[in-house]
Amino acid sequence: MLSKRIIPCLDVRDGKLTKGIKFKGNVEIGDPVETARLYYEQGADEIVFYDITASAEARGIMLQVVEKVAETIFIPFSVGGGISSLEDMRAALLAGAEKVSVNSAAIINPEIISQGAEAFGSQCIVVGMDVLRVEKSTHCPSGYEMVIHGGRKRMNIDALWWAREVERLGAGEICLNSIDADGTRDGYEINLTRLIAQNVRIPVIASGGAGNPEHMTRAVTEGRASAALIASIVHYGEYTIPGIKDHMHQAGVKVRRTW
Amino acid sequence: MIAILNYRAGNLTSVKRALDHEDIPCRITDDAHILAESRGIIFPGVGAAGSAMNNLRETGLDKTLNDLISRGKPMLGICLGCQIILDESMENSASTLSILEGSCLRFDDELLDEHHDPINIPHMGWNSVKLVQECELFLDVPQEAEFYFVHSYYPVPRQDLIIGLTRYGRDFCSVFGRPGLWAMQFHPEKSGRPGLKILNNFYRYCRTI
Repeated sequence: MLSKRIIPCLDVRDGKLTKGIKFKGNVEIGDPVETARLYYEQGADEIVFYDITASAEARGIMLQVVEKVAETIFIPFSVGGGISSLEDMRAALLAGAEKVSVNSAAIINPEIISQGAEAFGSQCIVVGMDVLRVEKSTHCPSGYEMVIHGGRKRMNIDALWWAREVERLGAGEICLNSIDADGTRDGYEINLTRLIAQNVRIPVIASGGAGNPEHMTRAVTEGRASAALIASIVHYGEYTIPGIKDHMHQAGVKVRRTW
Repeated sequence: MIAILNYRAGNLTSVKRALDHEDIPCRITDDAHILAESRGIIFPGVGAAGSAMNNLRETGLDKTLNDLISRGKPMLGICLGCQIILDESMENSASTLSILEGSCLRFDDELLDEHHDPINIPHMGWNSVKLVQECELFLDVPQEAEFYFVHSYYPVPRQDLIIGLTRYGRDFCSVFGRPGLWAMQFHPEKSGRPGLKILNNFYRYCRTI
């Protein structure tokens, strides 16, 4: 049976982690390659790098990071942030990423999804969705609306419609981030996760709101997600990946525990 | 030296990176002489069966491979490289290399997961392999180890060739072959330490031939 995946997400700016990562013994690390290696050794099932670099010249630095990561860890990893063309996708995949993630660029230019799937295969193309809970309306019958720029810009697009649309266009996976839950540590937004996961046939990664291992268990059981994205709860050493997996295992969730 | 077959389908560098990391000498090549000189061949695979077969036929690599294997050259097929050594694939209705007997089918849309929801297609993520035959590639690989899969089609080889089974809505064959000629649906190069162990075991076998 397929295991549910636990995926740490690392934010990178100008080739460095935006926040130091604390490990046992209070060692603080800002190097994305070294941090990826540590999570790999701790049993992460996949790793997401999110490039928040602003300048174009720093994009080359990110590709160097990707190349080093690919020589260091032997699990899949994806790169998102700033990917807005086929050329950006090609560069990240050639540097060794298994998948690329598009977010705002896909809303502005949906064809990038089908073009990417055609050129590199659906399995490479992850569509990131930032979603805001809203009043149900004729424009947003599901009560969830697509937003971009970290939630600052509402797009007047229904999230459920968009999820089905990205599947139709050839996305291989959806990374579903709830803007309402993000940063709260109160748990993933289960209703949203389940709504999307049950209405598409591609895997859905739940994102936003992880505060403890119980939240991840709920995301992949009640929420029907295939994977859970985590960040601060492991970055600050509060929980470890093996600890989270033990908890999920005890709750009856199939997770990978031998690596 | 291990030859990584270059048939212009998908990314071959992840296999090379894994072999480099394990200090296994290797070359990415489509040269028949280098393939012949190698101790063994890895047939990697990302992409679709139809276009991959077209590339192999156009370059004559289909005949080269058949010839080398009939003369006992060890080979490991990975993912598409595992499917394409069978007779035919439902994907693009392609007739494939016929190195081993069998075909390739698509996961049925009607299959259900543990929540009784329809399964996701592709089968993507980590899953275990239950060995039904001993296989030296799995020497010192823990029984509970899991491997990274990403595919929509699965191999159906002749019954006696089946080495390992994986459960996804149904049991399907994830490893098959015979000594010296193995095929696996998952990606050992993306499966952490257990996957690297399999690549090492393949290299060790190649060195004894």
